[in-house]
Amino acid sequence: MTRPTLILLAALIVALPLSLLAGRVWIDPFQPAIPNAGLILAELRLPRGILALIVGAGLGGAGAAMQGYLRNPLADPGLFGIAPGAALGAVLALAFGATATYALPLAALAGAGGAMALLGVIAGRASGVALFTLAGMMLASLAGALTSLVISLAPNPFALSEIVTWLMGALTDRGWREVWLAGPPTLLGLAVLWRAGPGLDALTLGEATARSLGVQPTRLQWAMIIGVGLTVGAGVAVAGIVGFVGLMVPHLVRRFTDRRPAALIVPSALAGALLLLVADALCRVIPLVTELRLGIALSLLGAPFFLILLLRMRRGLA
Amino acid sequence: MTLEARDLSIAGRLESVCTTLRPGEVTAICGPNGAGKSTLLAALAGLLAPDGGTVILDGAPLARKSARERAQALGYLPQTAEIAWDLDVATLAGLGRLPWRTSAAEDAAAVASALAALDLDHLAARPVSQLSGGERARALLARVLAGGPRWVLADEPLASLDLAHQAALLDRFRELADSGIGVLLVLHDLARARNRADRVLVLENRRLVADGVPGEALSEAVIAKVWGVEARWLGDPGALALST
Repeated sequence: MTRPTLILLAALIVALPLSLLAGRVWIDPFQPAIPNAGLILAELRLPRGILALIVGAGLGGAGAAMQGYLRNPLADPGLFGIAPGAALGAVLALAFGATATYALPLAALAGAGGAMALLGVIAGRASGVALFTLAGMMLASLAGALTSLVISLAPNPFALSEIVTWLMGALTDRGWREVWLAGPPTLLGLAVLWRAGPGLDALTLGEATARSLGVQPTRLQWAMIIGVGLTVGAGVAVAGIVGFVGLMVPHLVRRFTDRRPAALIVPSALAGALLLLVADALCRVIPLVTELRLGIALSLLGAPFFLILLLRMRRGLA
Repeated sequence: MTLEARDLSIAGRLESVCTTLRPGEVTAICGPNGAGKSTLLAALAGLLAPDGGTVILDGAPLARKSARERAQALGYLPQTAEIAWDLDVATLAGLGRLPWRTSAAEDAAAVASALAALDLDHLAARPVSQLSGGERARALLARVLAGGPRWVLADEPLASLDLAHQAALLDRFRELADSGIGVLLVLHDLARARNRADRVLVLENRRLVADGVPGEALSEAVIAKVWGVEARWLGDPGALALST
């Protein structure tokens, strides 16, 4: 294991228990003043903390893989249209008032699966990275347009506000159910992306060189579809749209690695987990009328970050 | 142990090219722009599927070998020297080990010897963004050498290098050939091709029109016919003098 991986693991081991103590009700581990502190920890905060780790790891790892695949530090896991596809599924479920326990996340997973299937149809036919990505971006804007359509046709103001709130992304009131729903696909997706690492490394030197090094472009495309689809799809299904993590985290971590895409995937997943865990704990603590939505908090953090990044890159070019 | 093009055709880019390359030789591909030089190189490297004919490596069709087997045997250096991330030189050279999946120690040894062969040892930890053009070209070649290929196929490796660095890089290719590796270079500079290659392939309008020792393949008659310029060789080894 490399040094950044070890440091991030250590930070996570420290941060997880600490984050459990923070919230509207602070819990003092040595003198639990509230009667059901144990219940709050085990049934509310622990699953929520673990879910933050899962969603953050998925977004961080997928972001690192996407940047490697597109050879572009501004790439984001949303580019393939999988997150918008999952959001469309969830919005449809909300608009039609599906109330079954698993209806919303399963509809989101189905939306992600639909986007993956469409990408699969495109893969192989558009073997170049650029063409494939453009197709993914078209899928993303199509799913976005359909989502807007569903919102505009929302049957009543209640459904409308529910949809809009959900789209902002949050981990509020999530429990063990969501952990079991999102955990396995995210881990599987991260494993697929990790296995694609050498191919992403080869892409550093361009597509022709990558092929001369034995990389099979269609296989790599499939690995990206499955890996990003599972991680991002599962994340959106349980937490809604949480932006900027997949963009920011690989950047923050890259300088501490040897800059190969493969070397970035694991540390980036760990850093994404840490970021989401801390951000979610802060959302619980910041005193507002209602809890600050995680997606909004990260966008507030992410947009200025992105701007600074652009300015720094411009200075690098000048 | 040969690399052979047998009646190789690629629609609109290459027509019925036949040639057999031997290890231990430096072979130059020359020809006007658009004649099919890069296409022939890429096809021999197994990167373009031919529409007709076959590429034969060591007596067996290249297309039937696995991607990994092909990658281990053939080192390909494209014309565009793209490096997407700011790797250090040793990490860059290490990418050449990808087809092998050997132990970290073996990879490190192969990288170290590739860097040593190109006088890059002292730059091993330097990021590629801080290299000069000549160092960068050597670092990219080190990536190819770290893979221990039996064939090195380079597309205009001298482009964007100054005269001294061109000469130095050609010396490296000569050393590779002397160590038993087959070297195939796309070259624009006819004088360099004539003076430094063992053999020259001349392409004109998608066809192979000359194949032989430099003196014959790049004779004044061939140059007049293929490039449409009156040229005279001065001295031997000589620089090409062009009459206007």
